[in-house]
Amino acid sequence: MTVKDRIVEIIAEQAVLDVSDVTMDSTLEDLGIDSLGLVESIFAIEEAFDIQVPFNANDPTESDFDISSVASIIKAVEDLVKAQS
Amino acid sequence: MKRVVITGAGTINALGKNVPETLEAMREGRCGIGALEFQDVERLSIRIGGQVKDYDPEEKFNRQQISLYDRFTQFTLLAAQEAISQSGLTFTGELAAQSGVVLGTAGGGVSTWDDNYRSVYEDGKNRVHPFVVPKLMNNAAASHVSMAYNLKGPSFTVSTACASSNHAMAQAFQMVRSGMSPVMIAGGSESMLCFGGVKAWEGLRVMSRDACRPFSANRNGMVQGEGAGVFVFEDFEHAKSRGAEILAEVVGFAMTSDAADIVMPSKQGAARAIKGALRDAKLNGSEVGYINAHGTGTAANDRTESAAVADVFGAHADKLMISSTKSMHGHLIGGTGAVELLACIMALRDGVVAPTIGYEEPDPDCALDVVPNEAREANVSVALSNAFAFGGLNAVLALRKV
Repeated sequence: MTVKDRIVEIIAEQAVLDVSDVTMDSTLEDLGIDSLGLVESIFAIEEAFDIQVPFNANDPTESDFDISSVASIIKAVEDLVKAQS
Repeated sequence: MKRVVITGAGTINALGKNVPETLEAMREGRCGIGALEFQDVERLSIRIGGQVKDYDPEEKFNRQQISLYDRFTQFTLLAAQEAISQSGLTFTGELAAQSGVVLGTAGGGVSTWDDNYRSVYEDGKNRVHPFVVPKLMNNAAASHVSMAYNLKGPSFTVSTACASSNHAMAQAFQMVRSGMSPVMIAGGSESMLCFGGVKAWEGLRVMSRDACRPFSANRNGMVQGEGAGVFVFEDFEHAKSRGAEILAEVVGFAMTSDAADIVMPSKQGAARAIKGALRDAKLNGSEVGYINAHGTGTAANDRTESAAVADVFGAHADKLMISSTKSMHGHLIGGTGAVELLACIMALRDGVVAPTIGYEEPDPDCALDVVPNEAREANVSVALSNAFAFGGLNAVLALRKV
């Protein structure tokens, strides 16, 4: 499974949606994921890829981890996975 | 001062998943204590407890809820649902704004601590689920009840070890009696039956390996239980005006501190609390027909409690009945007073006094009518519920038949 597919799966599960409803340009807000859902998604991503996501819930926009859309999350995770290997 | 009545009751514990099942078990003198079942139990020397068996959280809660609800919160929500649904109340507008929830727990989310310590220490993991803190905090149960029922008034959690529930219910009672809140949800819960929870208790060497036998000469310690008890405390006029069914009236309470020892109970501290509750309720000792004892089954508690009762009631101590239902459901620690209040309500309302089971041998130091082994029919108009906690914190409630 690609990074993209796995992340879409995690986000879909969190949003209680079908994976086909999670489009690349959706924001987490569009998908109905609140702040607790966000930290839970990040936890699931860290578990799935065994990475550390640099995300501080106090100020999400200041984090190095771009959560502005599904596509940006995938890109950020791909970079972290690459940096790790 | 308002009169305060109970218009709803709910529970889940080793004897039953609701109030009717629990009262039936108490009437029949059934024992809910058995072999503990959880991970690493074979590493414990104490392997019995009053565990809630045949319980599947997924039948009651969805995945998202379970990620936020420790077992003690789950038990609380189930008991609250039964109690509030029995009361028939819905909380909106001014009623919601003034009503709240006060609950007792000693340990809060003990199994959440335990699971996550195991994960980081034993399994070597370096991250835990983001909801660990909101799941384990002692006020989680009270907060979730407030959210589930739209209770926007005073809500908090009381933690006074084995007296937590009685202190919590005493607070709720005061709030309704003073007119501060027309309705308060009160009670408590505990769920320490996991490896770390029981291991900690083992260290004190006060636990029995075979049974809880309060007041019996051959008693050899306490047995832990788990579960929750939740009640609706309501202003009598408020309850009457809406035609609510009244289970019992709460007429008084008292709390005292021994200011003496962190674990050993004090006869004076217990006696002052019992006497204080009678005074607060404007009762004569001779009116008391039943006492639900703290009755832990330890050598020290049962001897001290019996002496305190003898001191307060004098000759009447030999006429009243006193039983410890911990022999059946175990010691629910911070939730114990709440489940035990059910035995008081049963005595007042149904005229059935729950027994002290496992009683085998009279102890001259506990020479009271402990209702040994079999429930008894009796006309009881006033009942007390005792709780005497580690740390010397005592809380006694007085109830009257309505």
